[in-house]
Amino acid sequence: MAFKQITSPHAHAAQNTSRVMQLVIWATVPGLIALSINFGWGSLINVILAVVTALACEATIIKLRKRPVAFYLGDYSAALTAVLLGLALPPLAPWWVVVIGSMFSIVIAKHLYGGLGYNPFNPAMVGYVVLLISFPIPMTIWVTPLALLPEGVSHPGLAESLSIVFSGYSPADGVTGATPLDLFKHSSGLVVEQIYQNNPLFSQGMFAGVGWEWVNLGFLVGGIGLIAARIFTWHGPVAMLGAMTLMSLIFWDGGSSNSPGSPLMHLFSGATMMGAFFILTDPVSSAVSNRGRLIYGALIGVLVYLIRAWGNYPDAVAFAILLANFAAPFIDNYTLPRTYGHTDRRRATEKEED
Amino acid sequence: MIETIAQQPMLAALIAMVGLGLLFGALLGYAAEKFKVQGDPIVEQIDALLPQTQCGQCGHPGCRPYAESIGKGGEINKCPPGGQATINAIASLLDVPAPELDAEHGEEADVKTVAYIREDECIGCTKCIQACPVDAILGAAKLMHTVIMSECTGCDLCVEPCPVDCIDMLPIEDGIKQWHWPAPLKVADLIATDRTPQEASL
Amino acid sequence: MTKTWVTPGGVHPPENKHQSVTMPIGHLPIPEKLLVQLSQHIGAPAKPCVTIGQIVLKGQKIAEAVGAVSVPMHAPTSGTISAIEDRPIAHSSGMSGPCIEITTDGQDLWIDHDPLTDYENASPEALLQIISEAGIAGMGGAGFPSAIKLNPGSRRPINTLIINATECEPYITADDSAIRERSAEIVEGIHILSRILGNPSKILIGIEDNKPEAIEALKPHVADTGISVVSFPTKYPSGGEKQLIYILTGQELPSATLPADAGMVCVNIGTTYAVKRAVVNGEPLISRVTTVTGDACGMNRNYETLIGTPVRHLLEHNEFNSDACSRLIMGGPMMGFSLSSANVPIVKTTNCILAPSYSEIPDDEPAQPCIRCGLCAEACPASLLPQQLYWYAQANDHDRLEAHNLFDCIECGACSYVCPSNIPLVQHYRHSKGDIVKVRQEKVVSDHARSRFEFRKQRMELAEQEKEAKRIARREASEKAKASAGKKTAPVDASNGSAAPASSSAADIIAAAQARAVSKQVSPEQQQAKFERSIAGAEMRVQMAAEKLAEADASLTQEQKNTLDAALEGAQQKLDQAQRRLEEHLEQHKELNEEQVK
Repeated sequence: MAFKQITSPHAHAAQNTSRVMQLVIWATVPGLIALSINFGWGSLINVILAVVTALACEATIIKLRKRPVAFYLGDYSAALTAVLLGLALPPLAPWWVVVIGSMFSIVIAKHLYGGLGYNPFNPAMVGYVVLLISFPIPMTIWVTPLALLPEGVSHPGLAESLSIVFSGYSPADGVTGATPLDLFKHSSGLVVEQIYQNNPLFSQGMFAGVGWEWVNLGFLVGGIGLIAARIFTWHGPVAMLGAMTLMSLIFWDGGSSNSPGSPLMHLFSGATMMGAFFILTDPVSSAVSNRGRLIYGALIGVLVYLIRAWGNYPDAVAFAILLANFAAPFIDNYTLPRTYGHTDRRRATEKEED
Repeated sequence: MIETIAQQPMLAALIAMVGLGLLFGALLGYAAEKFKVQGDPIVEQIDALLPQTQCGQCGHPGCRPYAESIGKGGEINKCPPGGQATINAIASLLDVPAPELDAEHGEEADVKTVAYIREDECIGCTKCIQACPVDAILGAAKLMHTVIMSECTGCDLCVEPCPVDCIDMLPIEDGIKQWHWPAPLKVADLIATDRTPQEASL
Repeated sequence: MTKTWVTPGGVHPPENKHQSVTMPIGHLPIPEKLLVQLSQHIGAPAKPCVTIGQIVLKGQKIAEAVGAVSVPMHAPTSGTISAIEDRPIAHSSGMSGPCIEITTDGQDLWIDHDPLTDYENASPEALLQIISEAGIAGMGGAGFPSAIKLNPGSRRPINTLIINATECEPYITADDSAIRERSAEIVEGIHILSRILGNPSKILIGIEDNKPEAIEALKPHVADTGISVVSFPTKYPSGGEKQLIYILTGQELPSATLPADAGMVCVNIGTTYAVKRAVVNGEPLISRVTTVTGDACGMNRNYETLIGTPVRHLLEHNEFNSDACSRLIMGGPMMGFSLSSANVPIVKTTNCILAPSYSEIPDDEPAQPCIRCGLCAEACPASLLPQQLYWYAQANDHDRLEAHNLFDCIECGACSYVCPSNIPLVQHYRHSKGDIVKVRQEKVVSDHARSRFEFRKQRMELAEQEKEAKRIARREASEKAKASAGKKTAPVDASNGSAAPASSSAADIIAAAQARAVSKQVSPEQQQAKFERSIAGAEMRVQMAAEKLAEADASLTQEQKNTLDAALEGAQQKLDQAQRRLEEHLEQHKELNEEQVK
């Protein structure tokens, strides 16, 4: 009788990385549904196109690196990155935008840094920012929410959407328009109340812009589900949303023409909820300790608000998260938890500085 | 005066740049003096990393002379007893890329060894005693010699001088006391430079 | 209800304790051969005090404790010593270690042993002596010799005695069933411990709330004794010493200190039973309760097992199916170690033999990359950051590992348990800890080698300098002598100068000196020069030694300094001697000259 020699612990919990990734992908479904209802087929096409591209890139790179392809594709991490990128891109964006973004995310932002677990930046956001900087025009055209389409015009059907995406055929007039954050950026002369009254995007919405509020609610529901499933802790998202609320409260100033918008508007428009629950919580590129994640989340919240209010871009989740990714190792250095039996917290670099 | 400068953009820029340069230069100079690192001289630090076998395989008479030669800019890959680990440590100390061990000076041994004198063959010539860099051999002329195992660094400098070849280098066997867990097998390690093909079982 | 505190982290693996407590503690037939391992505890292995072929009785001492931290071994039953050699032992390495094999005779004959019924009046020292002689080592896990733990010295008065009945590992029920059936004896053991420790003011039995029967069994015996049974919510690893102390007292043990430093002693409940048997019944530790469990065994049960029983014997009596067994574990599923062979013996710390089926504990899946999800940090009872430790362990970054308090890791396995990527985190930590310890030891060795090398170098330099100085002094003196001899001899006598004064002398008093001078063909002048030379040499040596010493003051060890001091003194003495000789010589010479003049 010879038995295998294996280190303890012998028991393992049922959780595994593939399942975590799949669960996160499933949790984006409410958001995807909200996007599809309000903005048509575009997001779904984005997601599928991105996933196909990403998996192909991942498989190629793993092959090139002489690793077992099936084992690594089975972790679903590439698929998750692609889904998030697809959701972040404007619906009905040309196919090459999606393909370039996915390729950049997987090949450059992920594998050139060493693959899953080694990338310092969130791959989906790197892809997004590269696209935003390189192709500003297709990246800033958003579809008009369903409720605001002009009389007689509807979102293009699946076939038409596909031809828009793949052949560059341009959609009917009125199908594309501004986002709530765009509006705020470009309505500097008006007090908030006027913006709300003048623009159907707000006047027909509940609190943060037609369609957008539903999309954000969708991501919020998915995110809360993930916290309930203990996939990640509440620290990062709560800190980010808290910091944004605080910032927008401080600078709200009752809605003058200089006001960058109400807290509700900031929380429920743009990519706020998606960023808070699906991007910021990417564990690879975020801070590691709970205390660190509080700081990390708050930093993102503040940066998002700063860029939205005074920066050049209407939305800023991707930039804020990339900037915070830079800061994560620094935050980690100063936020080691206090170990049992030690009176002081330590710093990671303590030994080197001695 | 200021007006003339303001009207001459070149001049303004020049003055500004030079001024800033002076300012920051002064700051840096001050900081370099003020926050000077009072550390061990580099030779001490290098010496501390060397294995202290004093074997001379690097071509220097002992570890410290080797450390001094590195301190003067010599090669850092001449120490077989320390092996790659020592090279890496020195490289990281000096902030240079770690070269591979120079095979000219010997190969890294897998197991540590100690010298052992077959005592009934020893003729008591004291040659090994003179060769031993750490005084680990006990004995006197015409009397049998023996190695103090705990002091022996395994440098094998005593093997060559022995006229009757009665010195063996014996490997130190790791007992259960020395045992510690080996590193887990790297099944799915994802380091870009790691080019070992994965096992087929996956 | 006593207040308890809640530790951070922790996990709730399936308990799987019910299978093995359906039946009372059983007894197995005595196996044909017992293998008593000589190192079953922390510290030096015991030294055999029997010879092959010797007949031993049950309870007879077969191996002596060696040094302070060690325990003796006793024959678990009567029989003949059939081997004293290295065999595979109960150790994670699967290596062999020294063992004594006893071929049993089935008689189970006790050696004479004296019970001490009157322990209330025995001195703590006497009780400690009994415990030490009985070979008792902590039966919870590490196996630290109990007599040492119970004797923290007068500097550290003990005010809290904690009895660890947590048994937080899944599957294991050895303590649970022992408490259910032997609570009276266990409490008696606690009283003995309390007496040894000078009646600490607080005696707490810490037990998880998943053992209600055991808690009930203890209650009647602790009523009005000052012992409190404290139950707290079940969570792995509450049974870790540091964790239990925090749960019961709210106090954290500072890193790298012992409970005794905080006035506490923490003893496993199994040990208290062994203490009672040793003191009140006079029986050394030769058997213990061991759980045999897992789906690969048809029967799951606790047994009073003789120390040295091969694991195979336990399995065979429990319908073991080796094909169904995914691995064989000594201890629990969280901290136990896998055995490579079933011939390994039961030792004093073996609380469980777990033979799980593939469905219970499947083979490990290959590790996926760490995604730094942080589940491990949530689970860590010591509030470490396992994901960072893993990162640095892979990079062999010892400084960062220590900055992240690697050595506060208790290797409970909670991090690996929750890791979604199946990374064997604990093995990484164990490996890194071993590496760091090895590097530290090597550093000590290399520092030692360096100081020896440098001392030798210095010694040789000194010898070289001495030789060199002598040579220089000789040359100078001889030149001087030549010059002076040339000057003096030229006007007086052109012939051989050395012969002249010698031959011209006739005085009896200096006959000896003269004879010496003649035989060496040395003139008084030359003699003088020689003395001057030796003075010069000695002076130089003194100067050098003094310089060396001054130079060395700051940097050298005391030992080296002493040597230099001695060298200086020696040189000084030589100088004095040389000066004395010169004076004598001059004296004689003067007399000689005067005589000549006369």
